[in-house]
Amino acid sequence: MSITRRRALLGAAMSITLLATGCSSSDEGTDGTAAPTSVSEADIKAALDAGGTINVWAWDTTITKVAADFQTKYPKVKVNLTNAGTGNDQYTALQNAITAGTGVPDVAQIEYYALPQFALAKSVVDLNTYGAAALNGTFTPGTWNAVHAGDKIYGFPIDSGPMALFYNKEVFDKHQIAVPTTWEEYAAAAEKLHTADPKAYITSDSGDAGFTTSLIWQAGGKPYQVNGTDVTVNFASDPGAQKFAAQWQKLIDKKLLSPVPGWTDEWYKGLGDGTIATLVTGAWMPSNLEKGAAPANGKWRVAPMPQWEAGGKATAENGGSSLAIPEKGASKTLAYAFLKYAAVDEGAQTRIDDGAFPATTKHLAAPEFQNKEFPYFGGQKVNEVLAASAGQVVTGWSYLPFQVYANSIYGDTVGKAYIGQGSLTDGLKAWQDASVKYGTEQGFTVK
Amino acid sequence: MTRRSWIGWQFTGPFLAVFGLVFLAPIAYAAYLSVFRTRLVGGTSFVGFENYTKVFGDPQFWEALTRVSLFLLVQVPIMLGLALLVALAIDSGRLYGAGFFRVAIFLPYAVPAVVAALMWGFLYGTRFGLVGNINELFGITLPDPLSPDLILASIGNIVTWEFVGYNMLILYSGLRVVDTALYEAAAIDGAGQFRIIRAIKLPALRGPLVVATVFSIIGSFQLFNEPQILDTLAPNSITTYFTPNIYAYQLSFAGQQVNYSATVALVMGLATMVVAYLFQGRALKGAA
Repeated sequence: MSITRRRALLGAAMSITLLATGCSSSDEGTDGTAAPTSVSEADIKAALDAGGTINVWAWDTTITKVAADFQTKYPKVKVNLTNAGTGNDQYTALQNAITAGTGVPDVAQIEYYALPQFALAKSVVDLNTYGAAALNGTFTPGTWNAVHAGDKIYGFPIDSGPMALFYNKEVFDKHQIAVPTTWEEYAAAAEKLHTADPKAYITSDSGDAGFTTSLIWQAGGKPYQVNGTDVTVNFASDPGAQKFAAQWQKLIDKKLLSPVPGWTDEWYKGLGDGTIATLVTGAWMPSNLEKGAAPANGKWRVAPMPQWEAGGKATAENGGSSLAIPEKGASKTLAYAFLKYAAVDEGAQTRIDDGAFPATTKHLAAPEFQNKEFPYFGGQKVNEVLAASAGQVVTGWSYLPFQVYANSIYGDTVGKAYIGQGSLTDGLKAWQDASVKYGTEQGFTVK
Repeated sequence: MTRRSWIGWQFTGPFLAVFGLVFLAPIAYAAYLSVFRTRLVGGTSFVGFENYTKVFGDPQFWEALTRVSLFLLVQVPIMLGLALLVALAIDSGRLYGAGFFRVAIFLPYAVPAVVAALMWGFLYGTRFGLVGNINELFGITLPDPLSPDLILASIGNIVTWEFVGYNMLILYSGLRVVDTALYEAAAIDGAGQFRIIRAIKLPALRGPLVVATVFSIIGSFQLFNEPQILDTLAPNSITTYFTPNIYAYQLSFAGQQVNYSATVALVMGLATMVVAYLFQGRALKGAA
């Protein structure tokens, strides 16, 4: 599940992405023809009793059992679960359906970084209509923020990716490297490791938009400011972006990063044989390591994310997705009932039992979740670290309403710095310029 | 009179239907798309020829076009030169196992382009591939074929490998139709092999060479599979506007700029046609 979710991000980077928007202006003109202004709990209950059919598009495999359980609980409701592709493939299909106006699902899985794009086009419903605001505090601040645009709520978080440092303890012990707590120590560890064993690298990074933005996020940067269609893109004078660029440039200059592209066979091999010694990534990583890097069974551990300030406790999110209700779906009230069931009620636990990393504070704090021991991680209670990270995500981050596109041109701009053509600072500036250009062309007011 | 004209339509009808449906209709649709603009904010509006003026001032488009033009000027002569050599060698009758060579050299063409690009990508790898193994074995550092400076040459190598056999076959079939009496006459006149090549075989190959070149012009301008596949191995070397086709693909699938993408595609189609026709016209001038 997590593998596929990450692939979707990679897919964005590889530019196989979203197609034509169908947000025709006429929609806005005829808005409100059938949309109710508010739907109460009683209305939802009545809809569930009356029954009907909902079409759900999701690729997350843990949704399968949730859909089955939902039908058992509400026998009159039939859930048609479709895997319409992972990430961008699904967005393309969804966008096409929305444009065509037919075959639009009632519920769709949408990643956090892609949600603003659908929200902006008013392709997904503001869940305030159904009283979603009452769920304040149910989800972690990072994920709850991610489904918001102003006061509007466009989806329910179903999983999250608070970041942590995954490291190969055997490699660290062998070279007597202490687990880094700051990025400064991380760079020192990178140098020590690579000097001791020229084949080993602290991590692999050939340029990954999601990782870059997550690290800037953690550093307190806010390069993207979004207020409706007023957008600011600013890496050049963003303190967080500068911190990231200065620190990461050192690793690039000293050739301390393995150039192996992520999610390739070679990458998994490196993770398995200790030549890639750490990963700073989202909380959905454990099951991927277990499956992809099986030879390293028992060697990996999880530690808090390295900090920008010594003694700090700041983290960021990487990846994760939500369930949203397309505006053109047929059974929105039933769809909302399903959303709530899957994201908040019984479904949340079902999905955790299946291996998902929750976005709900209650489940994150649950003792049976936190105390679970992972044999792959030498019996470590991995979720303790990850849940702590979830509570420390820096607030106030937002993605662009066209982040899918922005990520696709990351390689053209920032990626150059990874192969020694210019600096990260130059690259980020080029990325900024290209994003501004695109945003302006698309009718945003971009600064 | 009426009946006769109907019979004519019956014969051409099936062709016209298919031609219209799969050739004219998509072009007409692309042309229709190209005069609009759809934006995330503001929806769709009619913009006339604005997309076209934008193409001509778009540095990314020009960079892509320059790149494939360079590719055309360097790779195509090398590939056709090799194909010509091989075709002449096989046709010379002095090659032992000519049948085997013909098949062996043609074989790469039977490998799907995607598979070929993947395979070469792995050979090029400096960490895991053949290049990496050579570096390790001899303790040297070969230039990285996947680096931005060499990637185009590396792609040229893949394309050459793929298409030498195909072009060889075109040229070889051109040689096979030469009347053998000409060779006998040349031999009686005391011409050597090189003289025969220059005076008989090369002139006979003029037509086939033009055909092969036109195919290659089209192929170069449409370069897509190889860079697209190598992109996963060398994400920072291959930009989203590496070739015009990749640029059009990126515009429509990542940028949601379907209208502009259609414009780029049309302009490229036109450019390809113009270059191909100009070449064909010049090359065949005086021959006919």
